[in-house]
Amino acid sequence: MSERGVQAAGEGLEDIEVGLLLEGVYRYYGADFRDYAPASLKRRVREAMQREGLESISALQAKILHDTACLERFLALLSINVTSMFRDPSFYLAFRTKVAPLLRTYPFVRVWHAGCSTGEEVYSMAILLHEEGLYPRCRIYATDMNPEVLRRAREGIFPLASMQDYTVNYMRAGGKSFFSDYYTAQYDHVIFNPALKANLLFSEHNLVTDGSFNEFHVILCRNVMIYFNKTLQRRVHNLIYESLVMFGIFGVGNKESLRFTLREHEYDELDAENRLYRKVR
Amino acid sequence: MNKLVVVGTSTGGLNALQALLPALPQKFSCAVVVVQHRGKEPGSRLREFLQRSSLLPISEPEDKEPILPGHVYLAPRDYHLLVEPGNFALSTEAPVYFARPSIDVLFESAADAYGENVVGVVLTGANGDGARGLARIKQAGGLTVVEEPTTAQAPEMPEAAIAATKVDRVLPLSEIGLFLNDLCHRDHEVN
Repeated sequence: MSERGVQAAGEGLEDIEVGLLLEGVYRYYGADFRDYAPASLKRRVREAMQREGLESISALQAKILHDTACLERFLALLSINVTSMFRDPSFYLAFRTKVAPLLRTYPFVRVWHAGCSTGEEVYSMAILLHEEGLYPRCRIYATDMNPEVLRRAREGIFPLASMQDYTVNYMRAGGKSFFSDYYTAQYDHVIFNPALKANLLFSEHNLVTDGSFNEFHVILCRNVMIYFNKTLQRRVHNLIYESLVMFGIFGVGNKESLRFTLREHEYDELDAENRLYRKVR
Repeated sequence: MNKLVVVGTSTGGLNALQALLPALPQKFSCAVVVVQHRGKEPGSRLREFLQRSSLLPISEPEDKEPILPGHVYLAPRDYHLLVEPGNFALSTEAPVYFARPSIDVLFESAADAYGENVVGVVLTGANGDGARGLARIKQAGGLTVVEEPTTAQAPEMPEAAIAATKVDRVLPLSEIGLFLNDLCHRDHEVN
């Protein structure tokens, strides 16, 4: 806050313990969460402590450093995010009407979906590109830091119970077919058509520690950087800027923007409401 | 030093906020952050609806947006809203007790970041969200205010909050706005 604003509480014992835990995890295992946004990180550290049945974060630190199974549980808790197909349908509608026409001008399109989690939004994009007649010339590179969620994303198997919500989202996103044409139901799950996977490439990539690996025409990084602090956000914004072709498209979550970043002036707003930007310099 | 006022409400919250917000004058020197339980569907126009009752500007914060005094911030649909020292942060973590935004998540982060400078307010609601968060605010030295259950459209949420911690003030809805106004104003004079 400004000088007139609210005085933040000083660093308490718990903040120190969290800091030491993250430092230990980084130095011993190389997993770097030191620049994650503190409030949600602290929530998840507390949750880990409770799940492990421990009384303090210092005790959690000791257990994580001496017990790799405990580390695995901790990493899973830190990385799993909740997602859905066609999350924010108006984003996909805007992509259909404003981005798809631009992509038609390219003979080949590389899309990077950074932080794809269990893949729901990747399959959504594959369906959209298919309906726009673009999919055969696209390759979607879907990355996440967590190998377990990537494994699930590769399978393309999702709970049947979610399909009702997803069908509504699909229609709101301007879907041109029957959503149920894209999957086969079996017991309480559905599997998406193998044809949708043809041009998907899932691989491990950590935005915190890994660099650029290609040049892309579209980069989607939605509701991923909200878990990072401002320093790390700046670094990732640089990485994304450097990975985009000139006039490439960048899409973020609907409560994220480039307003508080240094890269703001290097993009034009293609659709302000739906957070679609175009690299122009 | 100015305060951060965090308000949580669920069932009946629209009426309660419509009664509370007009009592906050244009020169109100605290930041107000509101979680009203809401569905994840787009297009509710909740912000526009509440703005009609408020002299202070109401907005749904973006990730990492600075917290400014004299503003009312409304938690956006389908996200948890958290506060950090100086700014907001958003999260799409799983709903907490079926709610996203969750009152507990906001309150606990406020207690962590602003300690004794937090004023927590629990209004009408038909579930127990906010009780844990209010207890955390109290524990961190903040001030806790709960709507008098008999004036609440749904008394469960105020009752759960009162059961969870030794609340500083239990006030009828009509007095909460004035109380906050008085508190922030007095606070401002002293500094």
